[in-house]
Amino acid sequence: MSLRDGPFGDIRVPLTWSAGAALVIAVIIACAILLSHPRDPVKAGAYDAARHAVDSVAGPVGGVLAAPVRWTHDGLDSVRGYFFAVSENHRLKAELAKARTAQDDLAASEMENARLRAVLAIRTDPPLPHVAAETIADTRGPFANTRLANAGQDKGVTEGNPVLSEHGLVGRVVGVSSHVSRILLLTDAESRTPVILVRTNGRAILSGDGGGAPKLDFVRSSLALKEGDRVLTSGDGGVFPRGLPVGTVVKGFDGGWRVALDNDAAPIDFVQILLFTDFAQIANEQALAPKELPTAMTEEPSPSIVGPTGGALAKPAPAKPGAAKPAVIKPSAAAPPAPRVAAKPDAKKAARKLDAAKADAAKTEPAKKTKAADEPGPKKPPAKAPPKPKSKAPPAAKPPPASEQPADIPL
Amino acid sequence: MTSAGIASTRSMNPIGWLGLPMLVCVVATVLFATPIRIFGVSLPQPIFPLAAAFAWALIRPSILPPFALLLLGFFLDVFWGGPQGVWPLCLLTAYAAVLAVRRLITGQDFIVVGAWYAAATLLALAVAYGVMSLVTGVAPNLVAVGWMYALPTLLLFPFARRLAERYEDADVRFR
Repeated sequence: MSLRDGPFGDIRVPLTWSAGAALVIAVIIACAILLSHPRDPVKAGAYDAARHAVDSVAGPVGGVLAAPVRWTHDGLDSVRGYFFAVSENHRLKAELAKARTAQDDLAASEMENARLRAVLAIRTDPPLPHVAAETIADTRGPFANTRLANAGQDKGVTEGNPVLSEHGLVGRVVGVSSHVSRILLLTDAESRTPVILVRTNGRAILSGDGGGAPKLDFVRSSLALKEGDRVLTSGDGGVFPRGLPVGTVVKGFDGGWRVALDNDAAPIDFVQILLFTDFAQIANEQALAPKELPTAMTEEPSPSIVGPTGGALAKPAPAKPGAAKPAVIKPSAAAPPAPRVAAKPDAKKAARKLDAAKADAAKTEPAKKTKAADEPGPKKPPAKAPPKPKSKAPPAAKPPPASEQPADIPL
Repeated sequence: MTSAGIASTRSMNPIGWLGLPMLVCVVATVLFATPIRIFGVSLPQPIFPLAAAFAWALIRPSILPPFALLLLGFFLDVFWGGPQGVWPLCLLTAYAAVLAVRRLITGQDFIVVGAWYAAATLLALAVAYGVMSLVTGVAPNLVAVGWMYALPTLLLFPFARRLAERYEDADVRFR
């Protein structure tokens, strides 16, 4: 039995009102959903589970729907590539030319970087200030071998500064302008470099002659040279620091000893100019400051070896009557040692005083003996003579007490 | 009624005037959410259920459309993301507005109906904009909303008009 056949078959519900009621109910549900939405997006709930389910379904569906579009797009690209092949070919050729240039630049930069790193790795012992430079010109004549480097007075370069490459000594600076310096290479005919032979500890002078391998002149060595002996700068004369690598000994065509330079291993482009002028800049001034020397005594305890010996004794100062005691110089222990230059006059003066006191004592002693002989009294055995001193100084009749002995004079 | 008018009328089968439009809306929404870009521009995302809401309100008052819109809005919420309940409220707002003034809209010219459709769409989007602003605390970009949602939805008016015309004479009680 259908609803229309029943007792409620004639009841007609106004559809507009029922639609309105349904609308209100739906709005209430929507508002409830909206108000029940968690404010924390991270917080999970049943609704998020539904969303995750939809996402998990929508993802593959989207991929499937996008596939035909991608295929179409790829097909259009193929057609476009066919029609625009000529213009694209020109464009690709231009890009290839640019890429090759960039590749060459990259290779050059890598090589330059490696060289610069090698130059920067050079260390001297003791460490010396240095500047890096690039040789910008190679000025060569029949005998001259010089180069110009792009570092001058603006970087502190002065004449005489040694120049190194990453392999060894190159030469030294012989001319400096504001921004450029001239390097005299070891192979130059005017180059003379004092060197040391490591194995034999011999010395020699490396003389350039315009050739590639300079000669070894004035060789002074206890052992015979051999090919392959290492050659370093000796530091003699103060032109170069000691120990800079120069090369190895080889036998020349003329039968003489020559040196195969280490810097021939690579072109001399990047160099390091050592700001070395003389050894004074290496020395530690504080360590070389004047200090108190240790005491040096002769076998005779009284005089010091320091001071005049002949003059003062030969010409003793006239003795004053009553000056029986020798002069005693008591340096203050607390007094700081005087500087070396100022100490010399004081030492001489004190030595003179000491000598004068000794002479006075020598004159006074016979007088005392005479007076004692004149006085009556029991005779005493004569005092045993003191041992004869080895020095030529006149012996003192009686050694002064220990407290009155002359002190050593510090220098 | 002319023969053409009689031919164009359809019986009020809920599957025909509710079910199929719902399915079309869901499929179209998923289709336009495909992550492809044409000429560098992603696909627009019109609110297809808004057209259905406008048409359903014009066809006849019924109990089913509000719940159908509730489900469609729920689907949009879970498919597009965002606060829950925004799109159901948005769709029901448009439906309620059109249902309230349906006597003024039915039988009118294309442009008049189109103006009412635009008004209903803007009202729905205004509600959605306000709710989103309140819930998220950030005012959405108006340009993006207008460009990606409002304009494509307005362009759906011919389809909404077509759906309403197909069923507006099915029930003579609501002519």
